[in-house]
Amino acid sequence: MLYAQILLNGLVLGGLYACISVGFSLVWGVLNVINVLHGSFVVLGSYIAYFAYAHFGIHPFFSIIIAGALLFALGYVVQLGLINRVVGAPVLTTLVLTFGLDLLLNNGMLLAFSADYRSVQLADPLGSAVVGGLVFPLDRLVAMLLAGVLTGLLYLLLVRSKIGRAIVAVRMDREAAALMGVDVKKIYAITFGIGALMAGAAGSLLSLVFPISPLAGSEYLSIAFIVCILGGLGSISGAIVGGIVLGLIQSFGALFIGPQHGLTIAFVLLIILLIFKPTGIMGRRGYE
Amino acid sequence: MKRPVIALIAFAIIACLPLLGDNYLLRLGTMFAMYAVLAQSWNIIGGYAGYPSFATAAFFGLGAYTGAILQGLGWPMPLAWVAAGLLAAVFAGAMGSAILHLKGHYFAIASLVLAEVLLEVTTSWTSLTGGGMGLNLPIIRMSIAAQARLFFWSMLGLAVLTFLMSWYVSAGRIGFALRCIRQNEDASSMVGINTTRYKVVAFVMSSLFVGAAGALYASWVFYIEPPDVYSVMTTIRPIVMTMLGGAGTLLGPVIGSAIFLVIEEVVWRNFLSVHAAVLGILIVGLIFYLPNGIVGAVARRFRKRGAEKGET
Repeated sequence: MLYAQILLNGLVLGGLYACISVGFSLVWGVLNVINVLHGSFVVLGSYIAYFAYAHFGIHPFFSIIIAGALLFALGYVVQLGLINRVVGAPVLTTLVLTFGLDLLLNNGMLLAFSADYRSVQLADPLGSAVVGGLVFPLDRLVAMLLAGVLTGLLYLLLVRSKIGRAIVAVRMDREAAALMGVDVKKIYAITFGIGALMAGAAGSLLSLVFPISPLAGSEYLSIAFIVCILGGLGSISGAIVGGIVLGLIQSFGALFIGPQHGLTIAFVLLIILLIFKPTGIMGRRGYE
Repeated sequence: MKRPVIALIAFAIIACLPLLGDNYLLRLGTMFAMYAVLAQSWNIIGGYAGYPSFATAAFFGLGAYTGAILQGLGWPMPLAWVAAGLLAAVFAGAMGSAILHLKGHYFAIASLVLAEVLLEVTTSWTSLTGGGMGLNLPIIRMSIAAQARLFFWSMLGLAVLTFLMSWYVSAGRIGFALRCIRQNEDASSMVGINTTRYKVVAFVMSSLFVGAAGALYASWVFYIEPPDVYSVMTTIRPIVMTMLGGAGTLLGPVIGSAIFLVIEEVVWRNFLSVHAAVLGILIVGLIFYLPNGIVGAVARRFRKRGAEKGET
């Protein structure tokens, strides 16, 4: 029974991790840019949810829309104005640039919100339900389901919509896509915006689960790194598999080795995987 | 006169700093020397070979803890520093052979994770490292002023050694091979450069003096803790300094570390709450307006002037 409960916790956690990472994976896959800002985007989404609830009583489940829209706008502008200018440059340039932007954003959040940990205290939380001896933390569960819905919507967008097909085309072959009349720079900006949108939405959902602080940004970033490498870069299925694997590693690792070593195990696994199979569990794909 | 000789003379002038008798300046001088060690070391793998290594903090932290533990066991200070450098080099050799076949982002992440893993191991291994409580180093029986001079000269000596290593690299076969790898690794391999060997050699060279500097830093500050020595900033600072001065050049990292130190000091003194943001702005400005660093920009101007003269 204990194992079933841990399995359940791991799956719920993994679903949330997948939602954090899917936008990061998209940006990395399409733009070949590691977006160090991603963790801070998630935190910003959490703050938006926090203030929307504190001032207007909007439930974090609904502030997904607000946080998503605001973060999309931010991401779009950052990509169009700054990152697009160096998008073809060596890896080091884009990495250091987004790191610098992250320092700016994170410092801004520290000044605006202070480093204190906050959390959203719901007036009427859903509590938890016990089914067949298993405890289901309902708020977390709904958050995970919403994360799943969002990820599904992103998948539909990529597969069905015209913009989505253009994003996939740019990922497969940038020059060919440009020759087919795709405005590559604009697609880059939209993709980066979508990545930020997913981060913001994930942040709103996470505001119910984890404490909120600018300091949490680097941990979210680590999670996104690990999930992308574990699952394989640049595909939604990869992010989901990677997220669930990480969630399970953390839950079972906490049981067998101790809760403080969850990320360590994941990091060690990451190095081993990088050495032997850098394409990850699901392999490298292009949103086919 | 050759440029490296000018640099050595500059180092000799800096070595006279204790004559001024100002301890604050001496502290800055020691910081400068440490930054110069880190930046020049990173330049070998990141600048010449063009591999985005984020492992500096791993070498630095490993060196700091090795030095601190050995000194705790009663080893004499200089011996502990040497051992720390050597251990960092062995670590770099082993890890480098495993991760240097990765390219681009994958190498960057793998090298970044090295520091994370070492941080976690150091924090967990409480019996050896003191864990999250940190580690105190044995007190040295020496006056404060004498200590300050000792650490300054030692660190500066390390910076000069690193400079001589960079000089050797840039002027010789290794530098040529590394520049080839930066431009086109597959082609270099085709024309007979053993790319794997040179990459590992570069990675080891970029670790040796960083490990020693870590140990020296530990002796200097008397107390180390994991988040301090394995900090991401320890990795980022040398990269920014090298980019500021000019990556892949001999003098760039040294000039970059001096300028960076001045900027950092001014910001820390006056705008403490926004120091991270200022560093962020510096990075963004650097990438857009000074992509080749100061040395690169100056060289380009000279070349342009030379070309104009040639036409008339």
